[in-house]
Amino acid sequence: MNKTLTLLSSSIAWVLALLWIFPLLYAFWAAFHSAEYTTNFVLFAPLELSNFEKAWSQAPFMRYMFNTFAISILTLAGQLIVCTLAAYALARIKFRGRAFVFSLIIMQLMVTPEILIVENYQTLAQLHAIDTYLAVAIPYIASAFGIFLLRQSFKSVPMDLENAAKLEGCSLLQIIWKVYVPLAKPTYVAYALVSISTHWNNFLWPLIVTNTENSRPLTVGLSIFGAPESGVDWAIICAGTLISIAPLLLIFIIFQRQFIQSFMHAGIK
Amino acid sequence: MFKTYKAQAWLLLAPALILLVAFTYLPIGNTIWRSVFGFGVQMGNQASPENYARLLDDPVFWQVLKNSALYALITVPASIFFALSMALWVNGKIAGTGFMRLSFFTPTMLPMISVANIWLLFYSSEIGLFNAVLGWFGVSGVNWLGNPDTALYSLMTMTIWKEAGFFMIFYLAALQTISPDLYKAAKTENASSLYIFRRITFPLLMPTTLFVFVNALLNSFKLIDHLFILTKGGPNNATNLLLYYIYENSFSFFDTAYASALTVILLLILIVMALIQFGVIERRVHY
Repeated sequence: MNKTLTLLSSSIAWVLALLWIFPLLYAFWAAFHSAEYTTNFVLFAPLELSNFEKAWSQAPFMRYMFNTFAISILTLAGQLIVCTLAAYALARIKFRGRAFVFSLIIMQLMVTPEILIVENYQTLAQLHAIDTYLAVAIPYIASAFGIFLLRQSFKSVPMDLENAAKLEGCSLLQIIWKVYVPLAKPTYVAYALVSISTHWNNFLWPLIVTNTENSRPLTVGLSIFGAPESGVDWAIICAGTLISIAPLLLIFIIFQRQFIQSFMHAGIK
Repeated sequence: MFKTYKAQAWLLLAPALILLVAFTYLPIGNTIWRSVFGFGVQMGNQASPENYARLLDDPVFWQVLKNSALYALITVPASIFFALSMALWVNGKIAGTGFMRLSFFTPTMLPMISVANIWLLFYSSEIGLFNAVLGWFGVSGVNWLGNPDTALYSLMTMTIWKEAGFFMIFYLAALQTISPDLYKAAKTENASSLYIFRRITFPLLMPTTLFVFVNALLNSFKLIDHLFILTKGGPNNATNLLLYYIYENSFSFFDTAYASALTVILLLILIVMALIQFGVIERRVHY
């Protein structure tokens, strides 16, 4: 009785797993075959790369990819600096108003920048920053999530290490850099992976503040590329879609364990 | 020892606080201000409840609110159900858990825009895969995204597919912290699998379920990228969600003031959720 139940359960698990990966496999199928095979499954249908060539020539994917890369790195670099400093202050310095400041920061976990698109757009328009990398990155730099994670991690660093560094005459910034940052390395890795994949995939805010290919990231580029009025066919859309996800998918598959561990680490608060 | 540091604390916090004020707190204030003083893209000098009065009279607003509620009501529990099932399987002893984990998690790694493109191909009425499959069984095709009765559910299906794997991760992490001794004890008592799940696993996962619940709820209001590809809120606003409606008013209809009033409504919803979550965190501490 129990054995049949286990078998049934694992069969369902397998079916579900295959179903879950199917859309991606399907995109591969459509992208590597000519349009006539898009919904016509012939096992040995000839493979071809022409869809990729066409997609590549129809949109500046190289430029989009570079923009996405630049935006993700700029955002992450800003976050790491700003969040490290704030997290140290909140973890290790007792000052009046600390609890209040902390709750102000935590509120941002709820009210993320995409909720406030109307006003944030006005702000960046006033700063004449529309269509720049900075405009896409800046609302995300003071990341409540980053501050929260690093603060947790810094709190577990033994005070003795900080005191020893002080006796050696280290300044505050040196203490942070030489004692806290190295000890929080797993948290930094976890946060970096979560942040990069978030900003690589981000769409709504970049859509609003970019308007040329000078700063437009992959997601926004793909949404224009895939629009029905531009009259591209499905095989080419699938090829474009795969081009847009290839870098992240590749990194994810290679570092799968690290990624999943990081998301787990970042999720346990 | 701490004394010399107090001023430094504010210096260290300054960059974060300046950015937070500039891109979260000031905008919240300005949104409220504009919703009261603004009309169209301009600012009047007289406070007026006009934007809010319009809200009450706007059938699209009520439709959008209903859509958002329904969307949350279905995608949140369904994502949690799938996430928990997936985590139990992946954490179990069946063959191929490595593949399963990869398969369940991959959708969450991909941009919503990209996967929406793929799903658009599934839902397409002429050459779409779903209609092709229905065709094999002699059932005539459905215009999945073009029919107001099916469009929102089609979006929900994709959302559940995209989100479940993400929440699976949190359950997996939680499952690994449950002591194996508990299961050993239950086994020696000859408890059934269902009984073990009901009395050990599920209660111990409760804090995770609450955490996932709040996050899934938040995402259901914040994540609207797929609308841009799949339906653009149509047909006839059948799939329009609150944040998308805000976007439309602000950036397509150039009615910034009305968009601000809508944003205030969204903020109120989020504040209620924040209060729930703070309640949840309290409970987690006592746990």
